Amino acid sequence: MMKQHTWVKRLKRQKQRQLMVLPGIIWLIVFCYIPIFWLVIAFKEYDITKSALEAPWVGLKYFKEFLSDERFYTMLKNTVGIGFYKLIVAFPIPIIFALFLNEIKGTKFKKFVQTASYLPHFIAWPILGGIILSWLGKTGIINHVMITLGLQDTPIYYIAKAEYFWRIAVISDVWKELGWNAIIYIAAIAGVNPVLYEAADIDGAGRFKKMWHITIQSIRPTIAILFILAVGNLLNGSNFEQIFVLRNNMNLDASEIVDLYIYNIGIGAGRFSYASAVSLLKAAASLILVLGANLVTKKLTKESIL
Amino acid sequence: MKKKLLQIKAFDVINISIMCFICFIMIYPFYFVFINSINDGYDAMKGGIYWWPRVFSINNYIAVFHNSGLARAFLVTIARTFIATTLHIFFSAMVAFGLCKQGLIGKKIYMMLGIITLFFNGGLIPTFLLINSLGLYNKFIVYIIPTMLNFINVIIFMNFFKQLPIALEESAVVDGASDFRIFTRIILPLSKPVLATIVLFVGVYHWNDYFMGVVYVSDDALRPIQTFFYKIVAENATQALQHQSMGAFGKKITSQSIKYATMIIATLPIICVYPFLQKYFVKGMLIGSIKS
Repeated sequence: MMKQHTWVKRLKRQKQRQLMVLPGIIWLIVFCYIPIFWLVIAFKEYDITKSALEAPWVGLKYFKEFLSDERFYTMLKNTVGIGFYKLIVAFPIPIIFALFLNEIKGTKFKKFVQTASYLPHFIAWPILGGIILSWLGKTGIINHVMITLGLQDTPIYYIAKAEYFWRIAVISDVWKELGWNAIIYIAAIAGVNPVLYEAADIDGAGRFKKMWHITIQSIRPTIAILFILAVGNLLNGSNFEQIFVLRNNMNLDASEIVDLYIYNIGIGAGRFSYASAVSLLKAAASLILVLGANLVTKKLTKESIL
Repeated sequence: MKKKLLQIKAFDVINISIMCFICFIMIYPFYFVFINSINDGYDAMKGGIYWWPRVFSINNYIAVFHNSGLARAFLVTIARTFIATTLHIFFSAMVAFGLCKQGLIGKKIYMMLGIITLFFNGGLIPTFLLINSLGLYNKFIVYIIPTMLNFINVIIFMNFFKQLPIALEESAVVDGASDFRIFTRIILPLSKPVLATIVLFVGVYHWNDYFMGVVYVSDDALRPIQTFFYKIVAENATQALQHQSMGAFGKKITSQSIKYATMIIATLPIICVYPFLQKYFVKGMLIGSIKS
């Protein structure tokens, strides 16, 4: 009895604090938790005129439909393909950039390079898409350069050809995020103890030896954690907004990723239950990938996010 | 010894050259768009404008501002960015301030509820259904309310507030100030660095977002500029744009030249702002990434 009394008293005393926090919690419940529970429609025959609770159960019907869809294989190939391509190309490049930027001595120049490298990160995808599409057009600058250099005889309409799409997606992703993704490595490198380099100098280690044995070893935990997160992102084709801007009907065989499919059948065609089932399958697969990557990285480097 | 010195110099020369090349690749595309935007449209169609404008003209910009759809889209973007960012900052900071307090009843549950949202979300379809059922579809506030909070930003705010000296608050408590008053009068004015970081993140998000305008809005009058632009680029609706804008200029502009001018206008505010906020967002990104 007494205890409850002090509890109520405490609550009363912090009434204003609670009133500052509660709207946030209510917001979280409405905009984050209700959507999570709404995923139950993946197992139901949901139709927008009725509530999700009333809809009849259909079990795994929509999961089966997706797995037997004729586009399933294409989508899987593109999603994993683009994601994997980005993982092996776009993941290490910021690390290499950070290592070499660290070797620049003049701070003003260093800062300028860094600022310039962030620039594309701050530009919206439609704008970047607009630049990419006009550059890759038949009269665009890329064809001009390729023909001038003699690498190509006739202009190619790159963006309409499926065989170029993955490369376009990966290169434009590197271009947009290189500098931004490097920030964290640059900061980690700045935190390396200088005594280590002095010791290496005395031992007569050269530049590359120091890079390999000291810098990379010191930032290994950062690399490991970002790698796990990148693996978790693999099934997003790594960037839906990018693919959404760059895809068109002519390159669909190489650009249709699972997220695009979810958008098309859900928002486009209004098949909400089916789209939710696909989305749930993808989320489950992503979770397995993260846990797997976490396990492997833990074994190799003793780093983990869990 | 001499050989080694030479080696180091060669390395520096190569390294600096590579860095210059990277700068060029990052900056040149925007320079390219800029010089093409200030060149006469029909002349630009001949191609070959890579370094300097050939026939200078500002007609493209005049045409952009004469196009009622584009002008309206700009207004929507400006209003959305301004209102949504302000509200996000105030709301997230307020929640973070409350959550920072020692002895807050339910703090553990609140934190857990928040942190879970960093790893799980319903995804596109359930969110769309929610927005629909709340009656936010095709309303301007669809840009504002669903983006009012982001738990990563709450955590960034909390980490910053924890570093502030507690003595400041204590003296205010002695003077009889309420929690809310302490928050608005003492904490917020002291939080400029972290406010700058989050303003940049949230502001850039709202300025650049096109996807909400695609999914949650079907009314042309509510489209933000990036969505408007996305429709032009992806759906090749350039002819319509050109016809709308051509009235006053006859043959001097092309759909492509208007596109370039629009790109510059839609991007300029951010290009102007981000170098100045750089020192803040580098720090802010670190706090955010360490915690997540």
